Amino acid sequence: MYNQTEILKDTSELGADGELVINMGPQHPATHGVLHLVVTLNGETIKKIEPHLGYIHRSIEKMCESLTYRQFIYVTSRMDYLSSHINNLGCALLVEKGMAIEVPDRAKYVRVILSELTRIASHELWLGAMAMDLGAFTPFFYAFREREMITDIMEDTCGARLTMNYIVPGGLMYDIHPDFQKKVKAFITQFKSKVTEYEDLVTNNVIFQSRTKGVGILTAEDAISYGCTGPVARASGVSCDIRKLYPYEVYDKVEFDEVLETAGDSFARYIVRVKEMNQSIRIIEQLIDNIPEGDFVGKTKNVLKLPKGEFYTRVETARGEFGVFVVSEGGTTPHRIKFRSPGFSNLSALNHIAAGSKIGDLMASMGTLDLVIPDIDR
Amino acid sequence: MFLKEYIADVVNGVSSLLKGMRKTGYYFVHPKEIITEQYPDNRATLLMSERFKGEVVMPHDAQNEHACTGCTACELACPNGTIKVVTKFEVSPEGKKKKAIDALVYRLELCTMCNLCVVACPSDAIKMAPNFEHSVFDRTKLTKVLNQPGSKIREGIE
Repeated sequence: MYNQTEILKDTSELGADGELVINMGPQHPATHGVLHLVVTLNGETIKKIEPHLGYIHRSIEKMCESLTYRQFIYVTSRMDYLSSHINNLGCALLVEKGMAIEVPDRAKYVRVILSELTRIASHELWLGAMAMDLGAFTPFFYAFREREMITDIMEDTCGARLTMNYIVPGGLMYDIHPDFQKKVKAFITQFKSKVTEYEDLVTNNVIFQSRTKGVGILTAEDAISYGCTGPVARASGVSCDIRKLYPYEVYDKVEFDEVLETAGDSFARYIVRVKEMNQSIRIIEQLIDNIPEGDFVGKTKNVLKLPKGEFYTRVETARGEFGVFVVSEGGTTPHRIKFRSPGFSNLSALNHIAAGSKIGDLMASMGTLDLVIPDIDR
Repeated sequence: MFLKEYIADVVNGVSSLLKGMRKTGYYFVHPKEIITEQYPDNRATLLMSERFKGEVVMPHDAQNEHACTGCTACELACPNGTIKVVTKFEVSPEGKKKKAIDALVYRLELCTMCNLCVVACPSDAIKMAPNFEHSVFDRTKLTKVLNQPGSKIREGIE
């Protein structure tokens, strides 16, 4: 298509003919999944990025229409698999809202603690993978050391490490493990003593800083117009934390700060996530000693039937706002279901923030968006 | 002025790199703090959590009796069609007909370990076991019959 001399020529004046189109993915280690980016290049400068989706489409929304309100929750673990617990929580909240099910306080506390642990685990994995994308291999293992403690807690209490399916409409599937509180406290001590290692290894590293600072700038207006949520929008100064704006479960009883940065570049998105991990630790510390005694699941009917109507709930996952919209005809299965996943909207901003930069900076821009491909494709 | 900034940049860069390398060097000389588990070699000492959802099993007691009544609650609860309950009618010595399971067919390759069948079971006949080494050479071996041959239902379970 192009011979060597044509690529080396200054192509700025050649117009559309001088463009080079490369396919990044679907099998590319830096996209962390089967994301296919069609990148139009002018020399080394990115002109346009076009994401091609559909490689891992499983039609989860359609699948859910044939599953009952108890069954459809487990499928959502397979969407954003790094915050599967929070996805399950969003769906359970919808069923509880539609049927007016009372949830015991014990279940609410445990749900919030596990949600925050999931958030930390997700950010830990992101931190390690992001540093690895930029060429630093070691932080990956440091981040996974702490994440391993969380997955052990999940394994003890929920019975699985990633796709937990621990939340059922009305409460929890079974009671927490007797060692749960002890292990979570051990994790908090470990995390607090080790979190400075990330700053030595990654945050203060001069290579990391120069590769992320000023790269992939997203302004607050653009973040809103592209529908970005979560740490991506908060790094641009948009206050969008669902836990603060529309508190669910016991988030209105705990004290925590919504982390906001104003720079909007990749480094700001990194800082937001690191600070969010500390806020999650703060939330867990307030709740872990005060888990009330009592039932772990409320009284529910054997067969769950949502009344006729439309229902929407939203929760804050590690990536942003996750919404569930259900149209019910009064039967045991949803008539139509729609998931609003944070990754899809965040991905749509990629062309905007990366166009005009060099192709090497695309790794930093894309990595800090924290894309989970099954969440985008569903 | 330019030279001053240049030298400051170099010093900052080198110091930040050294700081990171001090951390990695610490773990290099403290191998006891490394937590990596050598999985296939540590099989004998590997402890899985008792709640770990690895596969569905049906516990049998010493008399080869189980607690499954064949009510198909697990089959209805399963989102993937993993479980199929085949029932038969047993004739008791008094001449009464009683429903019992012939086979509880469990297809491991379809199972997502969601635990809904275990929660749905009214007589606690099935449970999740922590075995996770499921690889076989032929996928037909993943279709299992959970009740043991010759087993029957425990007395007193309706």
